[in-house]
Amino acid sequence: MASIVRNFEADFDGAFRRADLAHAILSRLKKRLAPLGRPLRLMEVCGTHTVAISRSGLRSLLAPEVELVSGPGCPVCVTAQGEIDAMLDLAGRPGVTVATFGDMMRVPGSRGSLNDARAAGARVAVVYSAMDAVRMAAETPGEHVVFLGVGFETTAPGTALALEEAARSGIRNFYVYAAHKLVPPALEALLADKNLRLHGFVLPGHVSVVLGRRAYDLVAARGVAAVIGGFEPVDILLAVDRVAAMVMEGRAGVENAYSRAVSEEGNVAAREAISRCFAPADADWRGLGRIPASGLALRGHLSSHDAAGRFGILPAHVPDPPGCSCGAVLRGKMRPTDCALFGGRCCPESPVGPCMVSTEGACSAYYRFERGGEVRE
Amino acid sequence: MNSATERVLLAHGDGGLLTAKLVDEVFLKNLGGQAAGGLLDAAILDGRGRGGSRGGRRRLALTTDSFVVKPVFFPGGDIGSLAVHGTVNDLASVGACPLALSAAFILEEGLEVAVLQRVVASMGKAAARVGVPIVTGDTKVVEKGAADGLFINTTGLGEILPAADLSFGRLRPGDRVLVSGSVGDHGVAVLSQRKGLAFETPVISDSAPLFDLVRPLLERAPGVKFLRDPTRGGLATTLKEIAASAGEVDIVIEEDRIPVRPAVAGACEILGLDPLYLANEGKIIVVVEESGAAEALRILRGHPLGADAAEVGRVEAGRGDLWLVTSLGGTKRLDRLTGEQLPRIC
Repeated sequence: MASIVRNFEADFDGAFRRADLAHAILSRLKKRLAPLGRPLRLMEVCGTHTVAISRSGLRSLLAPEVELVSGPGCPVCVTAQGEIDAMLDLAGRPGVTVATFGDMMRVPGSRGSLNDARAAGARVAVVYSAMDAVRMAAETPGEHVVFLGVGFETTAPGTALALEEAARSGIRNFYVYAAHKLVPPALEALLADKNLRLHGFVLPGHVSVVLGRRAYDLVAARGVAAVIGGFEPVDILLAVDRVAAMVMEGRAGVENAYSRAVSEEGNVAAREAISRCFAPADADWRGLGRIPASGLALRGHLSSHDAAGRFGILPAHVPDPPGCSCGAVLRGKMRPTDCALFGGRCCPESPVGPCMVSTEGACSAYYRFERGGEVRE
Repeated sequence: MNSATERVLLAHGDGGLLTAKLVDEVFLKNLGGQAAGGLLDAAILDGRGRGGSRGGRRRLALTTDSFVVKPVFFPGGDIGSLAVHGTVNDLASVGACPLALSAAFILEEGLEVAVLQRVVASMGKAAARVGVPIVTGDTKVVEKGAADGLFINTTGLGEILPAADLSFGRLRPGDRVLVSGSVGDHGVAVLSQRKGLAFETPVISDSAPLFDLVRPLLERAPGVKFLRDPTRGGLATTLKEIAASAGEVDIVIEEDRIPVRPAVAGACEILGLDPLYLANEGKIIVVVEESGAAEALRILRGHPLGADAAEVGRVEAGRGDLWLVTSLGGTKRLDRLTGEQLPRIC
């Protein structure tokens, strides 16, 4: 960690935050879109993009010519109700410490959240990496440490390496509850929807570092315009501008506007780590339902580290909370403000649906930035 | 708040939305008082000091604060000095010179006496530096596991400077918003020592007593209307509270003008935190009328604790909102902190 922080300070390149560059791209983009005559509707698939867009104020600068819709790329938001309930179940078992990324703490299951469970006495520890959970297990041999494996192709390799480390070092009290999700199958599920009203996609940068551009050829085959983007304001604007160009020229395909990090092939070592430890499995997505081969299950040789098997957690399909429209929001079919629960029963301090939980969620972003007008009069 | 089923969460103590809710729905409801949004850092006991001083009414201020920081020792301070600074700073925020402090300790069975010695010595040193006596105290010991090492409560009594005329109600469009230095230092310094997260950073806590910085401001700068130290919840939460309490105004701040140390910005990038929501323990927010802003800034910068002071924004007509103009020129609304600031996972 220390070296990462130091390197970040030393190497950070401010060019991708330069306001003059951003405004030059913005004016080119807006000129390009003038003939369209209506807002360009794009889905930013990745939650980190949603946050970067909010943080930099891009949403207000892109309006009204570009409307950004947040897709199912926030791993917290798409973790299914049944999975949250299983995590709560694990947290309540005697002798179990649940180790989790902090973002999961507030996600509501049908019986409260991990935050509530901790307040009621369950042992829940926030960690920054799966390896921290392995260390915790090594230091507390009498305790079962269950790491909640959530996130996409970005976090799954870390979980895989942690599993291999635990297996190699004989740390038998380390378990993983596998709830990882894969991005391409979800994109495919979205694209199979004939009524999707989108002009194109901004594809996730971090996930693509692992997957490589080529992994999206299936998406390209569907005839949509999509561009992989980075996370600084200039990165995002470049990606949006390139999708706009593709739409205006009537081109389909997947282009890469984040080539300083994303290659054609991606990170082969990371993908191999995933396939050594996990096999694709059907998975429930909050809001999107069951998607074939969109999750990861532990392979047989690691079954002694599988929390679901060890603690007898049965996969259960739990319906999304009644009245919650997150599914329609995640598909870009409904604006958060059109949901009956929005801002009343469902708000950031007491969220009902996943999109309100994470700061990366579409409803949360709308609640904070668009209620009463995003742009100041 | 559904008190039949709800439990207290850690986020109820982060100084954000849930804290405000707890104060409103439990404490004010049962203990009386005004709406949470309008509460000051210290209670003003107006007129109760009559007869105490020659030639007029003495205004006293009373405040209390409990300290549970983890770890007890962090770069730039410890729980002992923090317990002095936090309370005298709440007094300074209402323009009060500290007269006396109390100190109460809750100790966990098994705590090393050497640790306690070190903390209390630091406390004594901090109080001596401020020139405030610790005049009364209390000690309780609880069984192992019922507390985490030691907790400290301090209560402070202060006398409000005659020159201080501070209230939410004085804010008007055109007023300027100043901050006395870089934000987020304390939050990052403490975080860098947390178990499981330890990282190397040159950042040290800004924990410091602010009255010496505040006094010349109140006595010499014209038009100082409001002060507050942005502790839990950080600069953004504090400014949002000020805007919401002041009535028909908004506060608009500019990202590029807010002082943030590069090392704090770097740590925040890595950890997914926002420096505007990180705690400070030695900074003061000043709202001053436009014509007095330059002089106020000059006075702040003339003191070592205010060397990096900056004008970060202004008060405008509005509806109690806080707005941030980003480096890119975009505008966004900022709210109070919701939930603990937590790391991202992708």
